[in-house]
Amino acid sequence: MNIIVIALLVFGLFFFLAGGIGIMRMPDFYSRLHPAGKLDTLATLAMVMGLVLYNLNEISLGTILVSIKMFLIVFFVSLASPTATHTIVDAGMRAGLRHWTKKKQRS
Amino acid sequence: MNVSRNEGVKDNESSSRKFIISFLSFLITFVLMLLCWLVLSGIFEPLILFLAVISCFLVAYFFSDLLFPSLEAAYIGIFFRFIGYLPWLTWQIVLANFHVLYVTLHPRMKDLIEPQIITFKTNLKSEMAIVTLANSITLTPGTITVTVDSDGVFKVHAIDKASAEGCPGDMLAKVAKIFGETI
Repeated sequence: MNIIVIALLVFGLFFFLAGGIGIMRMPDFYSRLHPAGKLDTLATLAMVMGLVLYNLNEISLGTILVSIKMFLIVFFVSLASPTATHTIVDAGMRAGLRHWTKKKQRS
Repeated sequence: MNVSRNEGVKDNESSSRKFIISFLSFLITFVLMLLCWLVLSGIFEPLILFLAVISCFLVAYFFSDLLFPSLEAAYIGIFFRFIGYLPWLTWQIVLANFHVLYVTLHPRMKDLIEPQIITFKTNLKSEMAIVTLANSITLTPGTITVTVDSDGVFKVHAIDKASAEGCPGDMLAKVAKIFGETI
């Protein structure tokens, strides 16, 4: 059981790290949002799943309630994260920022 | 005379149907609120439960028509098909996450990516279907919905060619099937 929990936590941490690296490495505003907005969602899912499994080691009413609350966190994050990403992209579009292409870089 | 009586009967029927619908939406709101309360509080003493029932009743009484502006029988099917859609969506998110991870950590990332904006039109009618598709597209890594309008025209920012090509794809068909619409 502990092995699964540790694996899930490490998996989530790895995705968070990759998201951070992605924000640094991507060339422009729009493509930076790809790792920022979405690697995080899966990382949150994996880490919270790990914590839920760890929490359910001893099953009682209290731990089950806490687990349901954790699932609510995942639910709301996965609902809010795409909406926020979309809003940021939309703001960039309205301000008239062009997206990065390879041709632009060559010229 | 006869006609007016007929109309009266019809009015009666529609008003009673309206009453049933508003009562059902009230009931669903009440149960949802109570479940939320029980999960979040976790205290099962009589006094707390009594307060919970009272406050849920008041909130449901005042705001039930906010949560379900129009309740139809078709919603039940949509709900269950949506639940069935979630595992598939999660699996797609996991697959696509690995793709973005690969692109992000690749040493020659700038050769690999090719940001582009694609536009496509769908025939989705209901707002819920359009919002669901837009959020699903944004959740699947590699693609972000830029704008959507109520005619079902999507503008999507994709990070590379593979994401751009696989963009509406299966997802559009699945969402259309959930809401019972033609593509």
